[in-house]
Amino acid sequence: MMRRFINNKSALFGLVILIILILSALMAGFIAPNSPTPSPPDLHNSLKPGFWSKDGIQGMPLGTDALGRCVLSRIIFGTRVSLSAGLVAVGIAMILGIMLGVIGGYFGGWVDSVIMRFVDIMFAFPALLLAIVIVAVIGHGLDKAMIAIGIVYTPQMARIIRSSVLYIKEMEYIEVQKAIGSSNLRIIFRHVIPNSIAPVIVYGTLMLATAILDCAALGFLGLGAQPPTPEWGAMLARSYSYIVSGAWWAATFPGLAILLSVLSLNLLGDGLRDTLDPRLKT
Amino acid sequence: MEISVEVKNLKKWFWTGRSALGKKEAVRAVDDVSFHINKKEVLGLVGESGCGKTTCGKLILRILDPTGGSIYFDGCDITNLNRKEMLKIRKNMMIIYQDPFGSLDPRMTIGSAIAEPMAVHKTTRKSEREDRVITIMKKVGLTTDQKNRYPHEFSGGQRQRIGIARALATNPEFIVADESVSALDVSIQAQIINLLQDLQKELGLTLLFIAHDLSVIKHISDRVAVMYLGKIVEMALKSDLFDNPEHPYTGALLSAIPVPDPGLRKKRKILMGDVPSPINPPSGCRFHPRCPQRMEICDKEIPVLKETSSGHSVACHLY
Repeated sequence: MMRRFINNKSALFGLVILIILILSALMAGFIAPNSPTPSPPDLHNSLKPGFWSKDGIQGMPLGTDALGRCVLSRIIFGTRVSLSAGLVAVGIAMILGIMLGVIGGYFGGWVDSVIMRFVDIMFAFPALLLAIVIVAVIGHGLDKAMIAIGIVYTPQMARIIRSSVLYIKEMEYIEVQKAIGSSNLRIIFRHVIPNSIAPVIVYGTLMLATAILDCAALGFLGLGAQPPTPEWGAMLARSYSYIVSGAWWAATFPGLAILLSVLSLNLLGDGLRDTLDPRLKT
Repeated sequence: MEISVEVKNLKKWFWTGRSALGKKEAVRAVDDVSFHINKKEVLGLVGESGCGKTTCGKLILRILDPTGGSIYFDGCDITNLNRKEMLKIRKNMMIIYQDPFGSLDPRMTIGSAIAEPMAVHKTTRKSEREDRVITIMKKVGLTTDQKNRYPHEFSGGQRQRIGIARALATNPEFIVADESVSALDVSIQAQIINLLQDLQKELGLTLLFIAHDLSVIKHISDRVAVMYLGKIVEMALKSDLFDNPEHPYTGALLSAIPVPDPGLRKKRKILMGDVPSPINPPSGCRFHPRCPQRMEICDKEIPVLKETSSGHSVACHLY
């Protein structure tokens, strides 16, 4: 299994990028050349280009943003914010989704119908729109954005896990447990969940990518991370208007960071799926 | 002799929806079956696939709920016990399944699989469970270093031993062996049957042995019950049944046992037609459309199981 994964070039590439991102998130304080949130802001150095220009500013290789802050440092610290926001959001989606999916799939009947109709309703809304509505209700901020995205992704998780629970619960070893006299809780936690978790891991990885993207989108709209938090989406939002005036770097590099992280997670997720479930491979 | 398990007029109908005329239809998997199993006895339950043998076993263990009739275990009526009350009884009745591949959780080591019934029933203290697992594993012929392996690392025969070990974990009195050897190849079958037989004698188990293979049944059973389309057609001591089958269906079944001597080729009683649908069973005796000895009464009256000689009962109008 390991070999099949290593032979999958694109998945390996995704994994390498992801490891780099995780390392930079963990060691942001050591890697970043400057503080991401200097105070007071150095307006003197506003929108200075980086290493590619002879006007480039010393010590800030990717230039500065409108408030004279080092773009590279902010991106490195932003990794921390984006990755953890994605992880928390997917974590919330997993916990809620597994709960709903397992209860619906295992018990069936009207419980299942109620849960799945609720999930259908959630599906009727576009993901980002629903997230905006939830943020509008519970308030702004990065933590609220994470919760909102977690809730928005719950239905997908619930459906994925429900379908594997439906399959697992018909297995003979579950019937054996009933014959032994195990309680439903015991069967669910010791037998059903461990056996139906594999697709959740795969889709969780893929979901992490879209969660990061949606977090950035909420940040872009000003509903997620609030200034001066170095969040990629928010950085993009505050700098894109300067592209026209020639200061393309302040908006481009955060965008590239988003692209790279989403790409790496997607490649990794696809690779994981192929590895864990060779039947899907064509 | 003390009776361990008894069922009276046991019925299980699976509702399948409605027919074209709007009448509710049911598969009568088990239809009015009565028998008992004495303590420390092996009752072999034999019949073609689809005749309701497995359903019968699952009804006794209350894995399925009966549509009608009653089930007694050790003298008490367990037909309507709820989950909690059933739990106390479950540790005394276990099941060994047919499929050694499907009946073990692939993500659980076999040591914890065997310990599972003890954990559910708290029959053994946590500190002693380990020892008990090792004792049982030795008893069924597994080596103790296999305790931390996963089911996929074992062969079919070994897995069936694991299934047996799990069934023995709580020291049950009664075990249903549901086609426990039919998924194995012949040489392994013999090992597992002998193991079951030894364990049954050593531990004084009561066994309901469900199978469709008559030679297996002949080897292990004390008494044999023959099922056809949800009903028991004949029940007798093993020697009685094999030497002197009374029901025409039993006769046909016995003549189908292959004889390993080409010179001794018996005249086979070959049945015509297929087993009728249990949704719409034939009137009267369910066997009458295929019976070589059918009479006029056969499609009108349902024959009852009656004793023709001591311990030998048959449901046929011929007797």
